Amino acid sequence: MNFENRFELIRTFAAVTISLILGFAIILLVSDEPLSSIYYFVIGPVLKTRYIGNVIELAIPLIFSGLATVILFQTSLFNLGAEGVFYFSGLMAAIVGIGLSLPAPLHAIVAIAAGGLFGMLLMFMIGYFKAKWNASELVISLMFNSIFYGIGLYILNYFFRDPDIAGFASFKMQKTVLLANIIPKTRIHSGLIIALVTVLLAYLFLYRTKWGYEIRMTGINGDFARYSGMNTTKAIIIASIAAGIISGIGGAVEVIGMYDRFRWAALPGLGFDGALIAMLAKNKPGSTIYAALFLAYIRIGADLMARMTNIPSEMVFIMQAVIILLISGGKFLEKYRQKALLREVKKNA
Amino acid sequence: MRSLLDIILTPDFAFSAIRVTTPLLFAALGALISDRAGAANIGLEGIMLMAALAGVVFSAYTQSALIGLLGAILIGLLTASMLAYFTLKLKTDVILGGIALNFFANGGTIFVLYYLTGDKGTSASLASMVLPNIHIPVIRNIPILGEIVSGHNVLTYIAILSAIGVWYVLEKTALGLRIRSVGENENAAKSVGVNVMKIRYIALALSGVFAGMGGAFLSMGYVSWFSRGMSAGRGWIALAAEAMGRGTVLGTTLSSVLFGVADALSNTLQLLNIPAELIRILPYVATVVGLLAYAIRETNKRKAKG
Repeated sequence: MNFENRFELIRTFAAVTISLILGFAIILLVSDEPLSSIYYFVIGPVLKTRYIGNVIELAIPLIFSGLATVILFQTSLFNLGAEGVFYFSGLMAAIVGIGLSLPAPLHAIVAIAAGGLFGMLLMFMIGYFKAKWNASELVISLMFNSIFYGIGLYILNYFFRDPDIAGFASFKMQKTVLLANIIPKTRIHSGLIIALVTVLLAYLFLYRTKWGYEIRMTGINGDFARYSGMNTTKAIIIASIAAGIISGIGGAVEVIGMYDRFRWAALPGLGFDGALIAMLAKNKPGSTIYAALFLAYIRIGADLMARMTNIPSEMVFIMQAVIILLISGGKFLEKYRQKALLREVKKNA
Repeated sequence: MRSLLDIILTPDFAFSAIRVTTPLLFAALGALISDRAGAANIGLEGIMLMAALAGVVFSAYTQSALIGLLGAILIGLLTASMLAYFTLKLKTDVILGGIALNFFANGGTIFVLYYLTGDKGTSASLASMVLPNIHIPVIRNIPILGEIVSGHNVLTYIAILSAIGVWYVLEKTALGLRIRSVGENENAAKSVGVNVMKIRYIALALSGVFAGMGGAFLSMGYVSWFSRGMSAGRGWIALAAEAMGRGTVLGTTLSSVLFGVADALSNTLQLLNIPAELIRILPYVATVVGLLAYAIRETNKRKAKG
């Protein structure tokens, strides 16, 4: 491992450690029973098979949104549209699950394909606008999030909402569409396998294909890529499409894997989580698995802590903020880096 | 259609449109001033949320609405300064910094609320104060106009004055010139001795002050309590208003009004069985169309130049 990579790893660990220390500090400050709070936060998720299952279930959508964001960030695109795609693709999958009658494996495949197709179309638009006319992908993706949230709510309220249910929920999806449970005593579903395969495919796509190479070069230095004859317009559009498909599949898998009705009354927040995961994973597809597991772990830990003690689980959001700020802060630990670099140079001299 | 016009063409509707525009305008001015300095502040949503809580807490513990407002502004200023510190000093990307700020506000407000009241939802148990409504003398007695323009919360009038103030600062003062030059061409500004860091810091801090007042309006004017997530996307709408107004004060103000009218309309149209969900997305659609039209025109201009 070269110096820069090692340093990046140290920085990531330092950021995570600081956020954990901050979490503990908050607990000590607020809690009447700090030790048991910390105990449930840190150890809680591994106390029961069911809790371990919860961590992995939560990691599945996070892997998808992290992967989509990795591809966008590698192309230097600040597109936060994964949020809206997750919501609307989930709804698409639910509609396929409610409305169509198909045999078991095919039904789920059609639902996931519907989600992926929507994600592809939406992200294609954002990418096209960016590549062709340099329209801000950030603002447009944020607008699309609100637009498709509104359209989704409308479709749900007017056509698929179950009036017999007290809360906010669609009609029941048919059993044939729901993803099978793969590990007993948990709710871990076959979406996990789809997620892991998607990670592998995304890796191969980014690092083993010509398109992937052009996407990465466009991200590193767009002008250089253009001058050396690459079609950066195409690279941006392809990257957007890939990210759209992945987040669309993610939304669909989450809905038909975890629920029997569509229940998202608000945007699920998974798209923004993708940014954190991509940063923790240093924009490497394989590392999204660990980053997603980490985030899922501290979320479930915080949930358990909130259930057992008096600390609100929202503490995790504060920790997430600290991690994002420190990891993306290029100058964080800069002094340390320079000293270490100097040592390295002297050693080799 | 008849009944729709009956509803819209009333002083009540105009009054409520102005009311819902107020927080949007504050946040949009915040978006405007930071964006003009070249730092897109997407943390407005979170800043407003924290300021809304600060207004309730400060006013509840001092029993002074004024101190509540100042507390909200202070918290807005501090959080925006934090964002400025990370982006300017530690070189955090300003977009990611904004996302982080929103996460922080989301968790932090619920945490503080729970710590102070034992409730994770609203601040109902805190006896917080509200800012007064102002009845403008003379104008209040003019029929229709008086009903529309008079009797708003004091912050509504401050919002209008702020818009004029921002225009004045940006267009007529040295600071404004520096803010614009830093946003348009950082290196050119640097070459003539402008302290880019300082100007960006001031712009971000000002955006925090405006978002802070917007937050104060939410919890001390619009309603009289804090509830979780009460900024409810207004920070994002503000970014849209700024983008649609293309960074000009007048354009941004008009866009904010448009979004406010759409919001007021969506509440009203529910009464007429027109889906409010669809009405509410119209401003966003308009923003996308506006942005695209602008981007396409710019691209064609560039191509024509060769």
